[in-house]
Amino acid sequence: MRNPLSETIVGIKPSGIRKFFDIVSEMNDPDVISLGVGEPDFETPWHIRDEGIYSLEKGRTFYTSNSGLMELREEICKYLKRRYDMTYDHRHEVLITVGGSEAIDIALRAMVNPGDEVLIPQPSYVSYEPCAILAGAKPVIIELKHENQFRLTAEELEAAITDKTKILVLPFPNNPTGAIMERADLEAIAKVIEKHDLFVISDEIYSELCYTENHVSIVNIPGMQERTILINGFSKSYAMTGWRLGYACGPEPIIAQMTKIHQFCIMCAPTTSQYAAVDALKNGDEDVANMREAYNQRRRFLVHAFKEMGLECFEPFGAFYIFPCIKEFGMTSDEFANRFLAEEKVAVVPGNSFGDSGEGFIRISYAYSLERLKLAIARLERFVERLRAEQKK
Amino acid sequence: MREQILSIIEKNSRIDLKELAIILGVEEVDIVNEMEQMEKEGIICGYHTLIDWEKTNVEKVNALIEVRVTPQRGHGFDNIAERIYKYPEVHAVYLISGGYDLLVSLEGKSLKEVSNFVSDKLSTLDTVLSTATHFILKKYKEHGTVLGKKEVDERIQVTP
Repeated sequence: MRNPLSETIVGIKPSGIRKFFDIVSEMNDPDVISLGVGEPDFETPWHIRDEGIYSLEKGRTFYTSNSGLMELREEICKYLKRRYDMTYDHRHEVLITVGGSEAIDIALRAMVNPGDEVLIPQPSYVSYEPCAILAGAKPVIIELKHENQFRLTAEELEAAITDKTKILVLPFPNNPTGAIMERADLEAIAKVIEKHDLFVISDEIYSELCYTENHVSIVNIPGMQERTILINGFSKSYAMTGWRLGYACGPEPIIAQMTKIHQFCIMCAPTTSQYAAVDALKNGDEDVANMREAYNQRRRFLVHAFKEMGLECFEPFGAFYIFPCIKEFGMTSDEFANRFLAEEKVAVVPGNSFGDSGEGFIRISYAYSLERLKLAIARLERFVERLRAEQKK
Repeated sequence: MREQILSIIEKNSRIDLKELAIILGVEEVDIVNEMEQMEKEGIICGYHTLIDWEKTNVEKVNALIEVRVTPQRGHGFDNIAERIYKYPEVHAVYLISGGYDLLVSLEGKSLKEVSNFVSDKLSTLDTVLSTATHFILKKYKEHGTVLGKKEVDERIQVTP
């Protein structure tokens, strides 16, 4: 029999997170505190769920248009105007997708030709690289640096560009580092983007979780909107991960091709989720603010705790992750995470799961109650003390 | 800062003040001052504990009583409300819009004790026109907290 598998897909290495997840679930120990989750601990606000239920009761169980409900697209445009001062035409420049993940995939597929280079700053979310490969592109990694607070600099961008470079993926606020890009950072890279005529896929799924000032998007920088696909969704901001709903906004010619892929592969995003999302955008601003405040309180708690512990860590201003450096212990991220799990029963994600430049770091999620975080941090303190004592010997 | 302090201690009055200062990103001394000031101003009226008495061996009966009264010239409902809230078995008294005037929340040791209070003390007050007593059979949620249900984290333990 011939090999039934695609060489391309077999060639993609599985996510490092998966490996770690298997170790944690094999332990099956109720004492394990996991800080490894990449989704909000809040349930979807009740009024949003209620709207989903109501839509089912009313029998809204059919496909929507490929692009998604007109009303939802309108509300998205109003929301983007209200929150981030962006202007999009809901008829031609918005596509409702199955989570931000689908948007990432189809944006790449709609834009690259075989051999085009896609710049992917890392550490970052695990799907950009495989999606670029599946789209036939060549992923080129930009290794972000701790000393730059894991922001992308114009110099790093410039250095990675070749005559094949077509797209820059911009993953801020960032999972796993919690880094953000401020206006000045974006202005600096915008010049390089324009100079080399690049396009941008800006994954702003954590845009609502910025703790110092309101999120600024590359779209807000003059000249950038026409070369950017903006990706956002409901998972993080409205605690709606399981509803699988996101969206992409951008220039009509690109959105039109993305819609074509979406139409053939997906048909349309889940109808129930779309109706619920309309309510989220209309009546959810306060929920978002309350969740942001809760995350921010936990964030301050962790930043303070790491300072006390003397663990090197830059202050994250976005998302719900903190990314401390563990290089002082002379271990790899994997070794640290495995020992921490075995000895103190706390699961954190090794930083190298998000790219080689994450080696020497661990990702701690604060999508957990303060009570749980306190317990976990007490265990981390104990662990760190023990490691330091071992080193002295 | 006040609103933030209040929204946190409303849910957890036992929170350590040092911790409160950390999570709000302010100095502990400012928290202490602010809370003292709010106590003085009567904004913070107490630090109570939410107890699910159902789970203890203590018998308690709670009732909500709708009371219709004749308001008094010059005092409105205030005097009569005061007459009622002075009884220690009265937990809460609210002036209500709609079909009746005062809503009285009552706690007693037994059904009999509550009914005695209503018939002997409450209904005999001069200004009280009528009462309607509703006994509470089960408390599902109180002070924003669902009673008797433990929250379970249903998320997968490690996700990207």
